[in-house]
Amino acid sequence: MLNLLEKYTPNLFDYSGEFIKSISETLQMLFLSGIYSFIVGLFLGTLLVVTRKGNILENAAVHRILDGLVNLFRSIPFVILITALIPLTKIIVGTFIGVKGAIFPLVVGCTPFFIRQVDMALSDIDNGLIEAAQSMGISPLGIIFRVYLKESIPALARSTTITTISLLGLTAMGGAVGGGGLGSFVIRYGHNRFYQDITYVSVIVILIFVTIIQFIGNIIIKKTTH
Amino acid sequence: MIQLIDVSKTFISDNDSVHAVKDVNLTINQSEIFGVIGYSGAGKSTLVRCINLLERPTKGQVLIDGVDLLKLKERELRLHRQKIGMIFQQFNLLASRTVFENVAFPLKHRGISKEKIKEKVLSLLDLVGISDKLSAYPSQLSGGQKQRVAIARALATDPSILLCDEATSALDPQTTKSILKLLKDVNRKLGITIVIITHEMSVIKEICHRVAVMENGNVVELNDVISIFSNPQAQITKDFINSTSTLSRIDELIQEKSDIVNLNQGERIWRLDFYGSETKEPIIAYISNKYNISPSIIFANVEVISDTVLGSIIVLVTVSDQVEKDVIKYLNDKQIKVEVIKYA
Repeated sequence: MLNLLEKYTPNLFDYSGEFIKSISETLQMLFLSGIYSFIVGLFLGTLLVVTRKGNILENAAVHRILDGLVNLFRSIPFVILITALIPLTKIIVGTFIGVKGAIFPLVVGCTPFFIRQVDMALSDIDNGLIEAAQSMGISPLGIIFRVYLKESIPALARSTTITTISLLGLTAMGGAVGGGGLGSFVIRYGHNRFYQDITYVSVIVILIFVTIIQFIGNIIIKKTTH
Repeated sequence: MIQLIDVSKTFISDNDSVHAVKDVNLTINQSEIFGVIGYSGAGKSTLVRCINLLERPTKGQVLIDGVDLLKLKERELRLHRQKIGMIFQQFNLLASRTVFENVAFPLKHRGISKEKIKEKVLSLLDLVGISDKLSAYPSQLSGGQKQRVAIARALATDPSILLCDEATSALDPQTTKSILKLLKDVNRKLGITIVIITHEMSVIKEICHRVAVMENGNVVELNDVISIFSNPQAQITKDFINSTSTLSRIDELIQEKSDIVNLNQGERIWRLDFYGSETKEPIIAYISNKYNISPSIIFANVEVISDTVLGSIIVLVTVSDQVEKDVIKYLNDKQIKVEVIKYA
């Protein structure tokens, strides 16, 4: 087996230590920024929905500002966003390179996308359910948790899966500008030194990650859909 | 008791305003089954939503047992809403929860013990006759079963009022009957006031005590169901009643110049409307003997509405003008309305 690897992926074999480290960096970026984006996105996405006109906590000002910010950040290409955020990243986390420096821009880049996904998932809840809950005297907070969020769990699981996969793409791009992880690994060796085996194996690793994420997502969707 | 005083609701959009409900005054008594009928867009759904303030009236007062809901703070309003159950055309069950959890939904997070909730839910499911579906999800239920669960859920907080917004409109006639029967039972057993919104006169006929007819946001007629059926005033009410009876066919036949209504010299078509106590007397037999005429029945429709017989007969009869006058006078004396629909 080792012989086989040495034969077909000689360069990867030489840099196997760095390869493993890159995988671990990618996973760290994915998990940490994923968790932050999930929490912030779920909160702001819900806020976006409930403050919309005709909804339970209608508030035109909050809704318009939030909506505008989401559109603004979604329209900035991620590579540019990272660069633009450098001063802010430095203030917040102290550095703008490495895994540590990548997480903040990743969260800023990923959250608006997730907010829109949450928006879509929650807006799909039939207004009749909200009306029914209101007629029972359930408070707005109760409606948010017990109707909006609880009833859209399958849709939210779908959104989270899509967002996580797109976040995986962002981590690779983050790597290109000093973030570390598989992205920077491939740029340094696969691209700059033209070690093609490194590129192909990295693609396979990413493919495996995507498959696992989709698989877990599908299980959750299936378990929660009735 | 529900009192709506000068209730109006206007929906205002950018360049348009819709007066959905206009100065409606209504009093609905405790334990009454009250119907509101109208075509779609008449404002009846908006009106019923004004009772629990799902729609806040633009103007007027909504008194529930003397309390003006419009004057309450959010939190107090929510407490009052627990005393007003509501069911909907689309059932509005929570798809991610079982039948049990749906009925338990309004009881949770209110400091009621798990055992108490369980006991309450089981007794409600028993009341609506769906105990065997306890752990099914709404997607596994038929329309009628879903509405039964919705009724159980609406009754969970022991409300004194149950609002039904087109609750049977999505159901087939057979299921509609069974749901109406359930509502009647609930009304009888619990003494709950029921307000029913519908566009079907058959629903009103089946269970309501009194009915308000709505058109363009106004209540155009309000009376007990017998009076509405025996003596409708507004044109829209007459139209609704015709829609439930086969008798309106005669007008179509006359328009189509059908053979059935093709009259020979001296023949007429009468419509006789009767209700109440006279219905047991053999009127037709009596007039044929006394006036020596032989009325032939073309159409007949007899209803029993809250234990009162309400009927109409359309007869074809050969008669002279003088005898006709006598017969009509005789029938009118017997409280039977006679209308000459066609004569040759």
